[in-house]
Amino acid sequence: MKKLLTGNEAVARGVYEAGITFAAAYPGTPSTEILENIAPYKEEIIAEWAPNEKVALESAIGASIVGARAFAAMKQVGVNVAADPLFSFAYTGCNGGIVLVSADEPGIHSSQNEQDNRMYAKFAKIPMLEPSNSQEAKDMVKDAIKISEMYDTIVLLRMTTRICHSKSLVELGEREEVGKKPYNKNPQKYATTPAYARKMRVRVEERIKKLKSFTEETPLNYFEWNKKKIGIISSGVAYQHAKEVFGKSASYLKLGFTFPLPMEKIKAFAAKVQTLYVIEEVEPYMEEQIKAMGIKCIGKEKIPNIGELNADIIRKGLLEEEKPLIECDTSDLVGRPPTLCAGCPHRGLFYELSKKKNIIVTGDIGCYGLGVADPLNAVDTVICMGASVSAGHGAQKALSKHGDHMRAVSVIGDSTFFHTGMNSLLDIAYNQSNTVTVILDNRTTGMTGHQENPGTGYTLQGEKTKEIDIPTLCRAIGIDHVKVVNPLKLEEVKTALNEALNLDEPSVIITRWPCVLKKHSDLDIDEFGDYKGLCEVDKDQCIGCKKCINTGCPALHFDKESKTVKIDKVQCVGCEVCVQVCPVHAIKKVGE
Amino acid sequence: MTEVKNILLVGVGGQGTILASKILSTGLMEAGYDVKMSEIHGMSQRGGSVTTQVRFGEEVYSPIIGKGEADILVSFEVMEALRWLDHLKPNGKMVINDYKIPSVPILTGKKNYPKGVIDRIKEKVDTTVLNAAKIAEELGNVRTMNIVLLGSLVKAMGLEGIDWEEIIQKTVKEKFVHMNIKALKAGMERL
Repeated sequence: MKKLLTGNEAVARGVYEAGITFAAAYPGTPSTEILENIAPYKEEIIAEWAPNEKVALESAIGASIVGARAFAAMKQVGVNVAADPLFSFAYTGCNGGIVLVSADEPGIHSSQNEQDNRMYAKFAKIPMLEPSNSQEAKDMVKDAIKISEMYDTIVLLRMTTRICHSKSLVELGEREEVGKKPYNKNPQKYATTPAYARKMRVRVEERIKKLKSFTEETPLNYFEWNKKKIGIISSGVAYQHAKEVFGKSASYLKLGFTFPLPMEKIKAFAAKVQTLYVIEEVEPYMEEQIKAMGIKCIGKEKIPNIGELNADIIRKGLLEEEKPLIECDTSDLVGRPPTLCAGCPHRGLFYELSKKKNIIVTGDIGCYGLGVADPLNAVDTVICMGASVSAGHGAQKALSKHGDHMRAVSVIGDSTFFHTGMNSLLDIAYNQSNTVTVILDNRTTGMTGHQENPGTGYTLQGEKTKEIDIPTLCRAIGIDHVKVVNPLKLEEVKTALNEALNLDEPSVIITRWPCVLKKHSDLDIDEFGDYKGLCEVDKDQCIGCKKCINTGCPALHFDKESKTVKIDKVQCVGCEVCVQVCPVHAIKKVGE
Repeated sequence: MTEVKNILLVGVGGQGTILASKILSTGLMEAGYDVKMSEIHGMSQRGGSVTTQVRFGEEVYSPIIGKGEADILVSFEVMEALRWLDHLKPNGKMVINDYKIPSVPILTGKKNYPKGVIDRIKEKVDTTVLNAAKIAEELGNVRTMNIVLLGSLVKAMGLEGIDWEEIIQKTVKEKFVHMNIKALKAGMERL
């Protein structure tokens, strides 16, 4: 049976068909939907959200070592978090087959950087596969599991946004039930102590030699002979874009297994074509290795290494052709920057923070990253997951040391706090900086689409579980001043911030209110009730001061003609933040 | 069979472009075409611009439509039509839903919603304008606006031969099937 699947859905199906029994991930665009689509196979597969990518990979490693087929998925920056276990596990090798998905984001649609994780395969010396459509995404999970078991190594399956999120046809297959291999105690294999690791280091190089033969033989790397004037070496989605431009007018060496590269195949291909192009997205990963072999080719001198690739870019770069376009005046086109939703519980905190003078707000990865944007302009920095808390610590220490009275306030979400913020808070307690850490607990993982986390009381597969109590955790880490506030009550937020900023020791404020878009669980309904309603502006009372507009709520609209504010009934949920900022009491909650 | 055809649906997060494209792609797949569909949504749930692209034909390579390549552009929102106009072929068709969603810089009064967008586009390409929100509201549910637009797309692309009612039955929840079929038909008639 054929189905139209995204690359992520196809990988999930591949995990099922490959007989994998343990899968873990931390959500992150564009990889999130992989685990979500594995979760329904409850009978066959344990699917878990881990608090971070390092934990996800490490738990998959544990499953592999005891003999189960295992799987971990993450976005490109997640692999940085998981790099530590990855590099050591590359030494030990596996027992049950194991696959790691890196979902890279050329074009930075919703990430903090653009990194080409093919470099990780070369760096960690592990085999890599790159699918170019959904069918391959599914099949390559199964290939990867076989390669993993055959060569005793974890395998990297490298995807990109366009493969993850585009749909193409996939032929479904049956699940292969393989059970679990036996586990035999073998510290020489699984314990990377120096004496053993030195021996493993040698085995890694031996494995690379074997993989070099494999890459030449595998049908995952194949020729497509057409006219030989132009020859193209390509992989992943770049191959599809290349075919779009050149069709049958060029020959191809399509690479699905890209570390190690099949250098003999590449040489043979190069010898038969007149002009050789290497077409790849982002970095010249293949091109550099090909050029290092002394093979002449054209690549990044004609195709940019910045941003997502498409057929247009290839056409322009290699053929110097441009399609005729419709020309129209677009000078008054207005952007659509993302914004905190109407009723977002983060708004109240950012509104109060934006009024504070002489503070640096170190931000983090999540919806609250939007606190950087106009009109709130509340956040100063965004580095990576968990960095807000430790960057705030470093900033505060340096400020205090140099006699600067500026204060550091860190903002971090609940899921991100569990991810790597906890460690940073421990550092604050241990090294004692008088920072203010604000944990924005919206009872879910908001930005990626409402995944459960250790604070929500539910698992990925829908089981009720232990709900971590953040205030207790913060106290246990060593923070004495912990306060929980309702972020929709501005006075409460302001008082808590003022108190915290007056302290000469670390403090934590937890803003606890559910994400407005989240489906409320039984636990949420018990705690927060049904609070939604509607606010309205009395236009006779409105003086058009725009104070409410400055909260950045997308339900509020400043009407230039009447010079008053209007509230969109469809979007407003009656959070009442605007009610509290209106100096003339022109806004009222009208419905429950 | 046919050359590859490119359909571009653009709108704002929450307007249902993705569901419309899903029904469209399923129908094309069942009609025997090779189909690729791509969603570009980034942080769309937070008010951003959303596009979905559907390519179909005998064999489809790239999942994305470049500038100047779309055979038809269905814009669920007025300003988005202007934003994506350069992706339409010079002889392509434009369908615009006469429905405006101001973005944050407009809501805050810093920028103005562009004026005369539809007229500007009409001067350049074959343009059909319909008020899908009104049509959907008349049918009893404004949220089927996306399916009304899908209906007009089906008509404009000459894809009436596919059994869309069956596809809708398979794709949407049972209680919405009837409403969606009505919306699809209305869209086909109003074009």
